[in-house]
Amino acid sequence: MSVITIERKVLEKNDEIARLNRALIEGHGLFSINIVSSPGAGKTSILERTIERLRGSVRIAVIEGDVQTDFDAQRVARYGVPAIQIVTHGGCHLEAKLVQDALARLDLKELDLLVIENVGNLVCPANYDLGEALKVVVLSTTEGDDKPLKYPVMFRNASVLIINKTDLLPYVSCDLETVRRNALQINPQLRIFETSCTTQTGIPEWCRWLEERSRRPS
Amino acid sequence: MHELSIAQNIVEIVEHYVPEPARSDVRSVRVRVGGLSGIVPESLEFSFSAIVAGTPLGSARLNIERVPAICRCEDCSMEFEAADFVFACPGCGGMHTRLISGSDLHVVDIELEEVPVQGP
Repeated sequence: MSVITIERKVLEKNDEIARLNRALIEGHGLFSINIVSSPGAGKTSILERTIERLRGSVRIAVIEGDVQTDFDAQRVARYGVPAIQIVTHGGCHLEAKLVQDALARLDLKELDLLVIENVGNLVCPANYDLGEALKVVVLSTTEGDDKPLKYPVMFRNASVLIINKTDLLPYVSCDLETVRRNALQINPQLRIFETSCTTQTGIPEWCRWLEERSRRPS
Repeated sequence: MHELSIAQNIVEIVEHYVPEPARSDVRSVRVRVGGLSGIVPESLEFSFSAIVAGTPLGSARLNIERVPAICRCEDCSMEFEAADFVFACPGCGGMHTRLISGSDLHVVDIELEEVPVQGP
């Protein structure tokens, strides 16, 4: 028997490209977020409300990840921002290489904020660094208040939690206080916003937070 | 699906270190999987064996070392295992805890039947 010692991270190749992405994004002075959630939690709707509100003051570009179709990029492009669609053809998450290719198609020096909307999935995207400044996890009230405990790795790796669809609280068995407690138990540093894209509740607070981080020093 | 792409990355690392003629000599690949890596070891084993089946690496087995998630409390310095993702300190109840191990997802080494092979 002989042994070859390796000691390498399994995702080293992905992490290396993520480092290059991060250097490129930060080198152009951009703030960047990677939005993750289950399918249908409202990532794209939050993005639409965010762009509506910030497009006058923040230059935004979006990279959309989906298993099939460019529907989301079309939705976002209607607001007049550059939107690149990545179709993973069955892949359940975005990888750094896909984002690297998308970045090459954007004029980064003309931007303040890059939003990467990941494939709807709370499992796999947790392992893949894309080069973003931070992860934002979206959880909708219809999914139940125990979600953070069921998908702890994602909630542990995120910096921001948006609890969306708060307008539906009267109709679903989801207690906001329980969501907050469960999420903070996994990750005490989480910054939490509560939003409804229908009534716009909480959207101004979230946008203000994002705008502060996206504004270039003048 | 998740473990499948992780297993594919492991196979690529093995192929990088072991040139074609020696691949059928690979007996086992040792990986270290942390309790917080989000990886299900049984699923990773299954995915690995599915990928290598019918290839020169077909007789290679995945040998998984599990690493528990260990935290240290910043307030009282107690070290504890964050079982079931509970990160609060069991000593003082504090939430200022730092993960010191358990997010690993590493290929440790490769064991071959015959003579050592020089990696690239």
